[in-house]
Amino acid sequence: GAMGGSASLIPRDLLGEYQELTFLSKQEILLAYKRFSELLPKEERENACSARVPKSQILTLPELRANPFQHRICHVFSTSETRDDSMSFEDFLDMLSVFSNSATADIKSHYAFRIFDFDDDGTLDRKDLEQLVNCLTGQGEESRLSSAEMEQLIQNILEESDIDKDGTINLSEFQHVVSRSPDFASSFKIVL
Amino acid sequence: EEPHGAAPVDFLQELPSCQSARRRRGDTQERRPALLGTAGSRGAAARELPQERDKLADRPAREQPKCMAEKRRTRDFQQADTERLSRWKKWKRTSSKSLKKALSEVKGLSSYLVLWRHDIHSIEGKFGTGIQSYFSFLRFLVLLNFIIFILMFSFVTLPTVISKYGLFNSTIAYISPKNRDDVCTVYEPGGNKGLVYFYTYLKDLLSGTGFLEVTRLFYGYYSIDAVWISIMRYNLPLAYLLATFAYLALSFLWIIKRSVEGFKHNLVHDADPFQSYCNKIFAGWDFCITDPSAARLKHRSLQYELQTDLQEEKLKQKIAERRMEEKLRIYSLRIFINIIVIAILSGCFYSIYKVTVFSQEKSNDIYNANSLVNLLVQYLPSMVITLANFIGPLIFSFLIRFEDYTPAFEIKLTLLRCVFVRLASIGVLLFSLWSQISDCGNDKCKPCGYNYKLYPCWESDVGQEMYKLMIFDFIVILAVALFLDFPRKLLVTHCSCKLVQWFGHKEFEISDNVLEIIYGQTICWIGTFFSPLLPAIATIKYFIIFYVKKIVLIHTRKPAARPIRASSSNFFFLVVLLIGLLLAFIPLGVSIAHIPCSKACGPFRNFNTSWEVIPDTIIQFPTGLQQLLFGMASEAFAVPFFVVLCILMFYVIALARAHKRVVEQLREQLVLESRDKMFLIRKIAEAQR
Repeated sequence: GAMGGSASLIPRDLLGEYQELTFLSKQEILLAYKRFSELLPKEERENACSARVPKSQILTLPELRANPFQHRICHVFSTSETRDDSMSFEDFLDMLSVFSNSATADIKSHYAFRIFDFDDDGTLDRKDLEQLVNCLTGQGEESRLSSAEMEQLIQNILEESDIDKDGTINLSEFQHVVSRSPDFASSFKIVL
Repeated sequence: EEPHGAAPVDFLQELPSCQSARRRRGDTQERRPALLGTAGSRGAAARELPQERDKLADRPAREQPKCMAEKRRTRDFQQADTERLSRWKKWKRTSSKSLKKALSEVKGLSSYLVLWRHDIHSIEGKFGTGIQSYFSFLRFLVLLNFIIFILMFSFVTLPTVISKYGLFNSTIAYISPKNRDDVCTVYEPGGNKGLVYFYTYLKDLLSGTGFLEVTRLFYGYYSIDAVWISIMRYNLPLAYLLATFAYLALSFLWIIKRSVEGFKHNLVHDADPFQSYCNKIFAGWDFCITDPSAARLKHRSLQYELQTDLQEEKLKQKIAERRMEEKLRIYSLRIFINIIVIAILSGCFYSIYKVTVFSQEKSNDIYNANSLVNLLVQYLPSMVITLANFIGPLIFSFLIRFEDYTPAFEIKLTLLRCVFVRLASIGVLLFSLWSQISDCGNDKCKPCGYNYKLYPCWESDVGQEMYKLMIFDFIVILAVALFLDFPRKLLVTHCSCKLVQWFGHKEFEISDNVLEIIYGQTICWIGTFFSPLLPAIATIKYFIIFYVKKIVLIHTRKPAARPIRASSSNFFFLVVLLIGLLLAFIPLGVSIAHIPCSKACGPFRNFNTSWEVIPDTIIQFPTGLQQLLFGMASEAFAVPFFVVLCILMFYVIALARAHKRVVEQLREQLVLESRDKMFLIRKIAEAQR
């Protein structure tokens, strides 16, 4: 079957290494390999382990196509030197590992912080939070909050999470507030 | 307060805390700040490196937030490190690694055994985690009922089956009544005598009478004193009672375990975790949604929720500024409406009581024992309860608009009232049954302690009522799905007249659906003592309901305006389920310990109450153990135990308060430190110029 075929394409020691370095089980890694190679054109499927998939192809995955954070996810997990947000198979596994059921809360909150940090400056400031809220409420002019509402909302968020009152949320504050959020573990999850 | 924007940002990037955050990210694209003193800062950064490395190296490679290549390097470094360790530590590390690998293999295999894994995964992808939590809850109930069934079957029913067919050299010892001529022991279960039509079997199946009454389904069958399996004596009455306690305790512990798992409420900080804005923003998006139309719905509902919450905050401010006359008016209106609500509830309960009494009297009338009318009369209490459960919520949601609460509180209060109606109606039904059974006017119960003429075997009667409630509940759920939801959907899609369009699609109301199944589960808990095989029926019922609800959801769903959050839904389900369980303790406690059990049938024939089996068994224990057990139940033990518990509780409360104070102080400290930092940076920048 398809599973048996793909099992022979990942060498066993590599499979064991991936199991050790990620939170995925063997079946999940094989399923990920199958889905990843389907994104590649037919000629390149033989050595899927070392191929790179362009961002446009990754975004056709059903798990990512409806996600408002799709571009940020590709950007954060991509290790491409040319900064074109293309993903290799190992990047793909990294992503699935962070979003899996067995990932620790620490890892999830760390990567959530990086995904929400739209300007990549290491803190969530007002602009980041505004972009975050706009992502949540949807694209289009009529789905945005008014500027007064946005102001009130960001004020409330900072009041709840900014412990040192410097107007930005750094990594520790974010991890602290997310550890007390009951919905985070169940919502920050992608299972193929 | 100095404006924060004035602090030079580049200095902030050189701070040790910032550098360590960058390093933890493994940022290969780091922007090096091009400022004076970079040589010094790089030296400081180099000094930081070994310390950071030591802290991170303790964690296994996969728990570190790095890309795969860097995790490989970390793992190789850790392995090289292991070589330097002593043999004991090396062995410990390798054995823990292989143990973890074995555990993950087992977990991977057992994930295939999980019921409905694929169905729930697809529901999650299409509808989000809120609705998925309802289906996970259904799955939990199926499992719970199955386990309860296995428990009751193996300890109560299986011995009777074994001894009936003589397996393992077993025999039954039936209970001989203490006094054969006692009028209390006369019990002739109906059975079907003479010419029987086919539909009598159907009627018996639906009402638990006739041929079903004498089967293992009901309490009356188990008039067995003991089962002898070769030379071992299996005390069935004791097993029956202990199995009852066991399934109640099992349900209680399992529910508590599940609610603790999902609920990480931090008691030190007061804010409500479900209503916090951070929870809604940072955990607001369900990353598992795969369907673009579901994503659009989610966007809209998130926008609606945020806007409503912001408005509600403004409303709360307005409420706080209310004047005295306003307050007086609103409070008197609320009291008036609450009185109306109580009046409606009393009306419902009174009608349930009357109907139950009527149904019990009429169903003993032998003239039309086999007719359809008799069946309807028997189902009358169930129908009235279902009617009350249907009308009640409608009236409550209409009335609450006048009480002028905030929208979130309105929802909670309506829900509370609906829960109360559902669970209390079962209680009223049982109360009316008991008033009939212990109706002692005109010396009806002189010899036996209960109304022996009408109810020679009253436990089987109660079991039959619970059985009827469960069957009727199941029929109603199926009928509503078939005859209300689907036609409504067909009408709305194909007929474009205004009235129908205003009616609209049906929303998948989670709270109503959950209350439905919790009502069924409470019936199951109460009824299992009187009818040991009832959990099997409940398992099958919930199994079928899963598929029915799934089909209804996929075909007729309309987006709910307010988004449903998985964590608060789970919490709500488990709290209401726990209330149902605690409410089930009351009727069971009264039946077991207070009402005299029937002398004509059942395992407790020769005892006054069912509870007496336990003191009876304890008396047969050796004297030492006896004294210990009686000592534990006496006041000399209970009072000091209670005092010690109180002391522990006060200690824990004082500890929590002390921790809270410390947390507040630390928070203030952090704010001051941050301001100091900004101040110093500004001073340094000024000094450099």
